Amino acid sequence: MTEYSHLGKQLAVELHGITKRFPGVIANHDVELLVRAGTIHAIVGENGAGKSTLMKTLYGMHQPDEGTITVNGNPAQFKTPTDAIAAGIGMVHQHFMLADNLTITENIILGDEPVDSRGRINFKEARARIESLMTSLGATFNPDTNVSELGVGQRQRVEILKVLYRGAKILILDEPTAVLVPQEVDELFTTLKRLVAEGATVIFISHKLDEVLTYCDEITVIRQGTTVARTTPSQVDRRSLAELMVGSDLPDPSGRETKVGDDVRLQVTGLNLAGDIAGAKLALEDINVAVHSGEIVGIAGVEGNGQFELCESILGLRTILSGSISVCGHELSHTETRDRINMGLSYIPFDRHREGLLLDAPLWENTFLGREENSSLTNGPFISRSKIEADCRSIINRFGVLTPSEQVPAFALSGGNQQKLVVGREMVSDPKILLAAHPTRGVDVGAQAAIWDELRHARDKGLGVLLISADLEELIGLSDRILVMFDGRVTAQLDPATATPEMLGTYMTGEVQGDAR
Amino acid sequence: MKSQRLQRMAVTSASSLLAVFVALCICAVVLLITGKDPIEAYRTLFGAAGDTKVLQGSLNRATPLMISAAAVAIGFKMNLFNIGVEGQMRVALLATAVAGAAVDLPAPLHILFCFVVAMATGAIWAGFAGWLKVKRGVNEVISTIMLNFVALSLVAWAFDSFFRAESTTGSVLVKTKELPTSAWFPDIVDRRLSGMFFIAVLVLILFYVLVWKTKFGFQLRASGANPGASRATGVNPKRMVMISMLLSGALAGLVGMRALLGDVHAYQNNLAEQQGFNGIAVALLGRNHPLGIFISALLFGYLGEASGRLQLIDIPKEITTIMTGIIVLAVVIINEAVKRWDDRRIQHKAAVALETAVVAA
Repeated sequence: MTEYSHLGKQLAVELHGITKRFPGVIANHDVELLVRAGTIHAIVGENGAGKSTLMKTLYGMHQPDEGTITVNGNPAQFKTPTDAIAAGIGMVHQHFMLADNLTITENIILGDEPVDSRGRINFKEARARIESLMTSLGATFNPDTNVSELGVGQRQRVEILKVLYRGAKILILDEPTAVLVPQEVDELFTTLKRLVAEGATVIFISHKLDEVLTYCDEITVIRQGTTVARTTPSQVDRRSLAELMVGSDLPDPSGRETKVGDDVRLQVTGLNLAGDIAGAKLALEDINVAVHSGEIVGIAGVEGNGQFELCESILGLRTILSGSISVCGHELSHTETRDRINMGLSYIPFDRHREGLLLDAPLWENTFLGREENSSLTNGPFISRSKIEADCRSIINRFGVLTPSEQVPAFALSGGNQQKLVVGREMVSDPKILLAAHPTRGVDVGAQAAIWDELRHARDKGLGVLLISADLEELIGLSDRILVMFDGRVTAQLDPATATPEMLGTYMTGEVQGDAR
Repeated sequence: MKSQRLQRMAVTSASSLLAVFVALCICAVVLLITGKDPIEAYRTLFGAAGDTKVLQGSLNRATPLMISAAAVAIGFKMNLFNIGVEGQMRVALLATAVAGAAVDLPAPLHILFCFVVAMATGAIWAGFAGWLKVKRGVNEVISTIMLNFVALSLVAWAFDSFFRAESTTGSVLVKTKELPTSAWFPDIVDRRLSGMFFIAVLVLILFYVLVWKTKFGFQLRASGANPGASRATGVNPKRMVMISMLLSGALAGLVGMRALLGDVHAYQNNLAEQQGFNGIAVALLGRNHPLGIFISALLFGYLGEASGRLQLIDIPKEITTIMTGIIVLAVVIINEAVKRWDDRRIQHKAAVALETAVVAA
């Protein structure tokens, strides 16, 4: 391990002994972080290892219970992000915080508007500053464009500009590449290198090892809430870094010795779905998908290319223009959601908070949700609380949900355990077909492996799965076939045995279309 | 694990009690500012509790409040804010007064007939708002407020134009034709406490069973707690909106029955006035739970009944109106604060329990 003080370069950020206790989620303890000025410093760790918690501490979004923060050699105590901004720290969040109907300039100055002597916003001054920042960033867009017209990569550039505009010299980027395809990742790092060359410091949070090893100068590894290693890309390779993150043997999504059955469980034919705005182009265009028993069909694609709409159409939450949807040979395209569920359709939703859980309700009510027609849980029109509770306890045990009991409200669980509960609920009723959207998003390694096992196990027993995931390794590892969605269409079918994440990336941007041979 | 539920109930009750206490303190300040002695005022106000007549009157006043609060609460349970209980009640009152006087039936059937007419007309009037929301996406707060105005004017016009009856008793108040005695709801205590009190309690019990014990009730609560999740699990949100508006309207129709069948026996312009609106406050204080509604209705009924005594010591009885207003405000604010605190407490407890569980394993 390198002792940075000998290297002569000043430390931009020093965290010593940071401990943050937090109910229900992994907190930080004894975190040691040293970031040299003028470098890109990666913080890597599994989902839920405590990376974001740590960065929120540094950005003043909450205060550490113990430990010290030093910025550019000066001890600092941030009560709010405003204090952190004043100290030259800026944060680009994972989820963009931009107002769609405002221009780039308006978004950037929002909350920090330059005003003239009469209290009016001085757009001229703002523009001048933004244009000079854009030059240094190498950005080429027109600052008067509406943000709604920008792509994901450009929006991220605007977020970075927003932070620079407020005078940040130390930039925290929270999983900035999660929403980008590989090509956009390249552009992002070109931008970051420029910034670093001009004296900025970048703290880069990620769990994607390849980009960390390719682009970053130094690496700090966080595991289960604490920093376990400091290293540089030249000292580690992909595997050893992964093992540092996980702390032991790596879980492996692969293991594909499947017997895909002959019977079609889900058949989508010629599906068209209108766009949200009248007259706009179709949200889904001529989608044809078949999932057989014992088959996992993966859907790859950058978020927002129709995956969500496809799931909602299959579930009957959207009225399709034309086409047919059938489960086990029964035509369902004009039936209600509840009938489709009763036919054996199950759904692990994209966002467990918005579509999966009743956060304020106890766990037993959550596992009952959507299963009101299950006669073993009810007495005629009445619910049978004792039976539902017993059923919930069995889900908790089978899926390893960490909870004191089935009576606690769902919000008291950590994200991974909430996800396990949702997965358990959807799988326990032995569905014929499962729509699994990001089944392991935001869960820890152990839970991820458990969910993968359950999926594989059910698949072996004949379940058909439509798997939508942003985790390309998960897609390649679990799927029997991979379909790529781009712009509302299925643009390619790939064989996971030969597909690589890079290859998927080129398909996902729409650069390449057509089946890989 | 029963203890966990009891704890939650205790926290909920405590926060409502705190709200009432805060309201009493604020009203004491108001009294001081106007130069009155708050201690004397409260002694008079709550000293009336020893009087059986006051208590009977309180139960009587609480009767329509329980029903209208249940009407509001059933909407609240799925995030529907039915502010139109007053209008629904008014339409139902006139319809029932007219229809009830037009038929001749044996006593229990006649009363039942009146209930059915009242519930049906209330449900139809609320159904307009539900239909507008489902078909056109009109916010039910706006449509029910507007429908209140329509209902009040429509009923006043219809009453004035078609249904006025010549006074037989020489009273100056204009009324519709009097209901035959077979439609009169019997009193428990003559002219003091209507038997409708039991109907109101029955409504609350049925409300509890429906919302907390049935599949339908579960779906109703799930739709309110997370519309996205219940939609994704196959609950049709539009159907739930329509059904809960109809149910809410049907209950709203019953609100005025104590006044109509149990007291005046004919429609007149100020009949059961404000009882639909007051239900909103009772439902808020009672946290949309039948037991809470029962207690809150009793409190509001008592304040209304005992307020007359304040005039004897030269304090305007409107102070109790101010008090109910402040109670509602305090409830909303304190509940929110207490909920945040309680959520953190539960989350913390779960984390602690887990840590020990992990160690034990």
